[in-house]
Amino acid sequence: MRDSIVRLEKAAKAFATPEGQTVTALDAIDLDVKRNEFLTLLGPSGCGKTTLLQAISGFVQLDAGRILIDDEDITDRPPYRRPVNTVFQNYALFPHMTVGENTGYALEVAGVARAERTRRVADALRMVGLEGMEGRKPRQLSGGQQQRVALARAIIARPKLLLLDEPLSALDKNLRQSMQIELKTLQHELGISFIFVTHDQEEALTMSDRVAVLSGGRIQQLDTPRAIYDQPKNSFVATFVGASNLFEGEATRGQLVTKDGIAISHGRPDATGAATALIRPEQFFLAQPGDTAPSLDVDLEQIVFVGSTFELFGRTATGRRVIAEIPAVRRSLVGEIEQSRRARLAYDPAAVHLLPGEAA
Amino acid sequence: MSSIAFRRRAQLAILLGPVSLFLAVFFLGPLAIMIVTSFLAPGLYGGVEWTWYPHNYGRILGFADPMFEDFDPVYIAIFLRSLKIAALTVVATLFVCYPAAFCISRLSDRWKNFCLFLITLPFFTSLIVRLFIWVLILRQTGLVNEVLLGTGVIARPLELIYTDGAIILGMVYVFIPFMFMPVYASVEKLDWTLVRASLDLGAGPIRTFLRIILPLTAPGIAGGAVIVFIPALGNFVVPAILGGAKVMMLGNLIEQQFLAARNWPFGSALAMMVMTVMLVLLFIHVVVSGRRGFDPATGH
Repeated sequence: MRDSIVRLEKAAKAFATPEGQTVTALDAIDLDVKRNEFLTLLGPSGCGKTTLLQAISGFVQLDAGRILIDDEDITDRPPYRRPVNTVFQNYALFPHMTVGENTGYALEVAGVARAERTRRVADALRMVGLEGMEGRKPRQLSGGQQQRVALARAIIARPKLLLLDEPLSALDKNLRQSMQIELKTLQHELGISFIFVTHDQEEALTMSDRVAVLSGGRIQQLDTPRAIYDQPKNSFVATFVGASNLFEGEATRGQLVTKDGIAISHGRPDATGAATALIRPEQFFLAQPGDTAPSLDVDLEQIVFVGSTFELFGRTATGRRVIAEIPAVRRSLVGEIEQSRRARLAYDPAAVHLLPGEAA
Repeated sequence: MSSIAFRRRAQLAILLGPVSLFLAVFFLGPLAIMIVTSFLAPGLYGGVEWTWYPHNYGRILGFADPMFEDFDPVYIAIFLRSLKIAALTVVATLFVCYPAAFCISRLSDRWKNFCLFLITLPFFTSLIVRLFIWVLILRQTGLVNEVLLGTGVIARPLELIYTDGAIILGMVYVFIPFMFMPVYASVEKLDWTLVRASLDLGAGPIRTFLRIILPLTAPGIAGGAVIVFIPALGNFVVPAILGGAKVMMLGNLIEQQFLAARNWPFGSALAMMVMTVMLVLLFIHVVVSGRRGFDPATGH
């Protein structure tokens, strides 16, 4: 019990659309967030991840179910009586207050004396790398700096849980990547649980201890980033997290045969019946003459150079799309296939992951 | 000067030319005439005599020419009452408009536009007609008294009309749209995620209102206050109709000096006093909102 900081029990929420339909945002969700854990809610827009976050922060009332923080039922508490703080997507800094006033707001509200407040504001700003910026107004700061103020403001009262609602989506790529690492470090230093919402799968994999992939108001899979990527439970998770090649068909004795007659070797001799094979693009390599690894022959439609890799977009003889990623160090091989526009894509059967059932 | 800069200036001159010319002729001109007139002696049968005569101001402020006109504290009393009524009008319209602005800003676009249309609707009929309807409602034999008498709540008709209260009621009625528009503009722009952020950080509804909502909508409140206060101070239609002969305000006094007493210099002096008060208030408004770093583009 003491292991979990937040627990959702059968949390359910439905919204009525202006057109009179009902949309299920949360479909009886059970979720346990562990103490000191970095958990990411990942999913496309409309999957319910923001609703879930707002249910925890108190801005969405559940239709049914309970939310417990530290074994305390907070389902019916208003947002200002929950030991939870949020970093908002657009930062939501108070424009009429200075950085210092913004950062110290939670303490001011809690009645912390001015001297202690000043000290803790300075500490919080130091943690996010904005030492001595107390006197500035939010509009005098860059986007990245505003982001840091929002972060300092949310952690200053030492909440039991920090919620982050796509906080990095407005930053440019380089800044976003460095902030990802910083957030992770900060979470370790603070020792509080983070729930991070994003639709960016790379971000989710980079930062999280565990990732919950959401779709249609349900948690499709809750696992470590590696498990999510390597052993997705269904085709939604497989296609949403990372690029994927899916082959649905009948599995028999180490082979899976699709309807259009493509045979995929896999390392699971026990698997039988309807199944879907997943091969990640980077698991393909260009077969050399004499290679014994199983392979697929494709006609290449596009070869895209993206820096560290080449992305090959091909089609099998039956018209099925295949994506492969070849490390750019194998440049000479790519030169050959660029001439012939044909490639033999080999793979290691042990790396093929089998999903149960048909792909959607 | 580069030719681009020159052309930009020429464009500006062309665009601002008509309005500048209009204001120069029809605003600054009369203003100058008024300033000059306020320092001239009144003619015996109306008009002015071209002699230096500061005692128009003396009648108001207390250094009158005893041979001709006495200092009368009644003018200061009227001044103060007008200030009071204008201030109460501001407060009352704000209390009506501020909550309404929040409600309307949360509606769907269609209902929003409909409500804004309703608020501007009174402008479609004559102000005089609308105020006379209040006379019908408030007079001794009016709607309110008839109903109260008929139901036996009161034994004798209440004195509703021709009171300060009636004037304030009429003023509020007239000036609600003026207060509503600037208040609504700032409420509409309010970023509700800031309210959420405040609640999220532990501030309850009251503190969130005082620390976040009120400061962020203050520019609209200040704008509405100025827009209502200034015309309310000089308004003479409402007191003329709902104040009768009993309650005089500055507007009536000035109107009377020009049209009935035919004492243009004294009327001008009174008008100059009103303008001075307004300029001082406007100046304070500009200084205060300037110090806050008010940016009209963002409302912050």
